Amino acid sequence: MRPGRRVRERSDDPQMTRAPFIHPYIPNAVPATKQAMLREIGVRDVEELYAPIPERLRFKGELDVPGPILAEADLKRHLRALLDKNLSTDDCLSFLGGGVAKHYVPAAVDEVVNRAEFLSAYCGANYSDHGKYQVRWEFNSQLAELLDVDVVSEPIYDWGTVVGASIRMASRITGRSRALLARSTAPERLAVARTMCQPEQLPTHIGLESVGMDAGGGMDLDDLRRKISAQTAAVYLENPSFLGCIELRVREIAAVCHQAGALLIVGVDPISLGVLAPPGSLGADIVVGDLQSLGVHMSAGGGVSGFIAFNDDPVYCAECPLALYTILETEREGEYAFGEVMAERTSYGLRDKGKDWVGTASGLWTIAAAVYMSLMGPQGFREIGETILKRSHYAAARLREIDGVRLSFGDAFFKEFVVDFNGSGKRVWEVNRALLERRIFGGLDLSQDFPQLGQSALYCVTELHTKADIDRLTAALQEVL
Amino acid sequence: MGDVKLRRYRAPHWDEPLIMEMGVPGERGMLVPQAGPEVECVVGGDAVAFVPESMRRTTPPALPELSQHQVLRHYLRLSQETLGMDLASDISEGTCTMKYSPKVHEELVRMPRMAELHPRQDDETLQGLFEIMWGLRRVLRGVSGMDEVSFHGGGGAHAVYTNACVVRAYHASRGELPQRNEMITTIFSHPCDAGTPATAGFKVITLMPDEKGYPPLDQLKAAVSERTAGVMMTNPEDTGIYNPNVDKFVEVVHEAGGLAFTDQANANGILGIARARDAGFDACHFNLHKTFSSPHGCEGPAAGMYCCTDQLARFLPRPVLTFDGQTYHLDYDRPDSIGKIRQFFGNVQVVLKAYAWVLQMGPQGLREVAEVSVINNNYLDKKLLEIRGVTKPYEEKRRLDQVRYSLEQLKEETGIGTHEVQDRMVDFGIQSYWMSHHPFIVPEPFTPEPCETYSREDLDYWAAVIEQASDEAYAEPETLLRAPHNSSIAKMKRTEAFEDPDEWAMTWRAYRRKRAARKDAADE
Repeated sequence: MRPGRRVRERSDDPQMTRAPFIHPYIPNAVPATKQAMLREIGVRDVEELYAPIPERLRFKGELDVPGPILAEADLKRHLRALLDKNLSTDDCLSFLGGGVAKHYVPAAVDEVVNRAEFLSAYCGANYSDHGKYQVRWEFNSQLAELLDVDVVSEPIYDWGTVVGASIRMASRITGRSRALLARSTAPERLAVARTMCQPEQLPTHIGLESVGMDAGGGMDLDDLRRKISAQTAAVYLENPSFLGCIELRVREIAAVCHQAGALLIVGVDPISLGVLAPPGSLGADIVVGDLQSLGVHMSAGGGVSGFIAFNDDPVYCAECPLALYTILETEREGEYAFGEVMAERTSYGLRDKGKDWVGTASGLWTIAAAVYMSLMGPQGFREIGETILKRSHYAAARLREIDGVRLSFGDAFFKEFVVDFNGSGKRVWEVNRALLERRIFGGLDLSQDFPQLGQSALYCVTELHTKADIDRLTAALQEVL
Repeated sequence: MGDVKLRRYRAPHWDEPLIMEMGVPGERGMLVPQAGPEVECVVGGDAVAFVPESMRRTTPPALPELSQHQVLRHYLRLSQETLGMDLASDISEGTCTMKYSPKVHEELVRMPRMAELHPRQDDETLQGLFEIMWGLRRVLRGVSGMDEVSFHGGGGAHAVYTNACVVRAYHASRGELPQRNEMITTIFSHPCDAGTPATAGFKVITLMPDEKGYPPLDQLKAAVSERTAGVMMTNPEDTGIYNPNVDKFVEVVHEAGGLAFTDQANANGILGIARARDAGFDACHFNLHKTFSSPHGCEGPAAGMYCCTDQLARFLPRPVLTFDGQTYHLDYDRPDSIGKIRQFFGNVQVVLKAYAWVLQMGPQGLREVAEVSVINNNYLDKKLLEIRGVTKPYEEKRRLDQVRYSLEQLKEETGIGTHEVQDRMVDFGIQSYWMSHHPFIVPEPFTPEPCETYSREDLDYWAAVIEQASDEAYAEPETLLRAPHNSSIAKMKRTEAFEDPDEWAMTWRAYRRKRAARKDAADE
């Protein structure tokens, strides 16, 4: 482009400008600077620099791209107006969960996460980005205490990905190619894992089979015993389950797994671990889960982040596809540094011969979770667990009073529970539509993913739901049903 | 470069202890809502009674106990011991396109109507978000020439993985999957172009460059067969070299019955200049956290946008965003979909930032981004090649957005190689550079990428730091061997912890145990 020609003409949007401009994000757009640099390079114009791209591959037209909106103030107004077309969980009372839920994000967490240094850092090395490495390691150390394990990986995209990655890890460790998953496994997580385990036509496919659910929402042990075999690499269950149920027999399930030479993989919502027994103490070989409940805003699903954890066994470390960081010492007495363990084994080290793949994913959320865990401490986790238990059970007690409504499972649940509307004669989507008119987001409709539950919905109640909120839901449902 | 004044930078050094060693039992950082007497009146005062005894936590987690200021202060100090991009010059991190991430974008994503959205809300309540996504869809269609866009990828490698799964589904739909089990890539394509197809079940064939810097067409012709599933390649490659035969590569793969994907993680130099579709590709991807300005956040949240032709759109992960002219919907009814690669539908806050950035650029602004990034790179190239010990391998000398240089000559002449120079850079207040992806085909490599964010002064400074390191290597190599001198921490020792299970400790509890064991062993 020639100097002075940075003019975009659009008449269809009054916010778009026609005036020439020097973009505030491009210092060397100043014509004199650009010309001086071209002279120094020894070319007349930028076209000469593009000589390696053959003419036939050059794009000749004008890009079909909106903009520009030049003034920051105008941009903000424009996008804010678009966002105002949304209704958020601040506008409406939400009972949606199922993998992402609205918890309180402490202001101090946001303060740290939004620090320019953390927000803008990338893969700078140990010396330049030392602080980032220390936070990562402190995140690992704190989460390890919640989980009761010794090793926590750098997280990746989401919980679904780590279900798939941990099953693949178990398959490599055991040399086996089948996995059993609890029937109550979150459908979205199962779908991600299924993609990672490859289609049946491939010789490297890992077969996934579901294990039935008992009347309490837990894993059917008889069905597990029937299905587990010398081919089973791993058994996967969630605790609390996707349907909110606390799995009562994790230790027994672990024993069945270990007797068959299979690994037990347990998925957890870490905010439950102030009151629920840690998976490491229950015989889990690999623990996975999501960080969103630990101080990350939901952002329509952009707040998820999946971790893998296990005990300090070199075989597990070697097969874990995600980055692992160790502490070490420096030449200054009493000073620590941090660095990556066995970096060679990852796809960055060995490309297609590495362990699956690793890439940029959700590093900032480890910082959020680290600060969150430090703020909460043991007492905070205990109390938030108790509040969630009490409020969710209060909600359950109120909802089950409504005619035509019952609870699908018993009282052993945490944060989420299944509300059965079959007796009301109404379908969940009808109920939710009527609730939305009252500015309430009703529970997640389970009728497609769990047809055996009929017209049922998963209700999520956290520390943010007051008694008044729950009473408002109850009154609305009484009206609607 | 003689007139550049090098900064006498000193990294903050707080000597900050580990959080696990801090605090006093009983201190609180955050109080949480209590259920209240009215709720307890209904459910009772003992919440834990709802948890069956065998499933109760009996030992509290050994988390630190600190007051709020002490927690905040700790993490702020650690943020100060992180150089980051905003404070420094991340020209160093080549292949990463470390451009300025506008602060107004952060204000937008923190608004409750973005941050406090639940992904399973009724479509009707997410129309503003969907309109933004649809806007970015238009942009990516424009810059790629492709027809459809998938938002699911949580990072660049994730979008590349999406391609491997789409290619798999495409061949499966034609009944050719088990036969077509080979994916071709080039060694200067990102490692994920090899790692993700391998995870998806493909055997990977890697092409090597000739003296020009890219694989000769004949090598590709020899590699394709009835087993070829496709090619996954970067262009320009990691070296900054543009393969001018790229359309011929695509033809060869198509003729063999395969699909062609181009990894456009580093698209900064070709925005509005060359489009993937015009070279014949079936699919490509973009990293919103690189080319489209979203901040890198210590490695995420990121977003890899997968773009493909109509022919492949039916295989995309579900749900797919649709628009009927009035309303936007998430379409889950996709029978041919590869299924899911991620829960929900993407890191949409990153999509918002990218869209905001494009709006500020407009079509000609995007082209300006590309042109200035290429000018910057060639300007820096001129400066760097004047420095003793720095060379640029391969015959093709003109590079686009980045260059992989070699310090092999410096190493031969002084014994100082790329690792030592990397550590020394920190002393001048700039990020230690990215050397190369593995394997190190270019010996003693380093890879700067001076995108449009950087001023001429920034480029001069960066080159001056390399020149300083070169001068020291020839005159006083000890300075480099002992570097860094001004970092937040001193030189690392006991680096065997990176490989030795007895030494490594991934958590505080493991460290305490191993340290105690070492002490016991020493006492004996």
